[in-house]
Amino acid sequence: MQWINLSPIHLDALKEIGNIGAGHAATALSKLVNQMVKMEVPEAGVIRFNDIFSMVGREDELVACVISKVSGKAPGSILFILDEKSAHALVDLMMGLKIGTTRELNDMTSSLLEELGNILTGAFLTALSQATNITLVPSVPALAFDMLGAVLSSAFLEGGCFAEEVLIIRTRFFNDQTKIDGHFFLVPEVKALSTILKSLGLSI
Amino acid sequence: MNIFNLELKVGIAELKVARSPTLLVTIGLGSCIGVALWDRLAKVGGLAHIMLPDSKQFSQVVNKAKFADLAIPLLVKKLEDLGASKHRLEAKLAGGAQMFSFKDRRISVFNIGERNIQVARKVLQELGIKLVAEDVGGNYGRTMILNTANGEVYIRIVGRPQKTI
Repeated sequence: MQWINLSPIHLDALKEIGNIGAGHAATALSKLVNQMVKMEVPEAGVIRFNDIFSMVGREDELVACVISKVSGKAPGSILFILDEKSAHALVDLMMGLKIGTTRELNDMTSSLLEELGNILTGAFLTALSQATNITLVPSVPALAFDMLGAVLSSAFLEGGCFAEEVLIIRTRFFNDQTKIDGHFFLVPEVKALSTILKSLGLSI
Repeated sequence: MNIFNLELKVGIAELKVARSPTLLVTIGLGSCIGVALWDRLAKVGGLAHIMLPDSKQFSQVVNKAKFADLAIPLLVKKLEDLGASKHRLEAKLAGGAQMFSFKDRRISVFNIGERNIQVARKVLQELGIKLVAEDVGGNYGRTMILNTANGEVYIRIVGRPQKTI
């Protein structure tokens, strides 16, 4: 099966998957930071690798990216990307500090963000597993804090995704009060796609 | 660098050539590798932002600039078209980092950054092009700028002063 043959029904099903998973992740995040975190309606689609960057920001912008690899019957990757200010704000919120206290990431705050990625990924996958009856196992996450271009391209390449075009399900988390802006990407592998769609009763 | 220099951006999986005094700029090399070639007599240079080492592992190749084994010979050809001579070309490399360190070793098997470095060096050697400088490896991203006027390559890394190689 080629990505390109996805029908609107397939894409709607994938958006719904994104909705369920990201909804749980947003709830988990809200509880963690004790503030209402909102999310955009998820988008699903096949896009050119080079177009992914502009969905998030400028290539030279500083971002923190937590990546988890998903194994099991529907393998893929999950990426959680935060701009620099949001990463610092989330650390402050999780540690109960005044917003603006954290000004740089060190080993401790990096582990904190990795753990945040772990919790969000876990919430996302649990919801997804329940909806599809497929067992999905996340890896221990890895974090990079650097230029968006370097981080995002490496997240795909080092995770073993080499395609010209990739299927992504993405949403944006945000909070107006403390200006948290995060992007959440689910990048299923080709074989995962058919497994997920079949589990939802769709033929491919 | 002066304000009259024209900047030309090289995107991911792209390659470009230019005459002096153009600056060729590629932003955010992570595990990707940047290859800069320069001819000091013809004063022309080229820059490639390469993603993967080897095209032979893929059944279909849409974009030659994506792979080290195809991009470097193509860059040489384009420079020759612009008046460069292959035997005068000097190469500089940057990038090939490993941005994410997975605790689960099974995930890091691809080791893309390191393989990009090795294949880029090998291809240059096979083409008989001298590698004069490099800034590779590590776990951080790099922005790479080739000054076609003097062959200098500027490296920008987050939180460090710019350096010249």
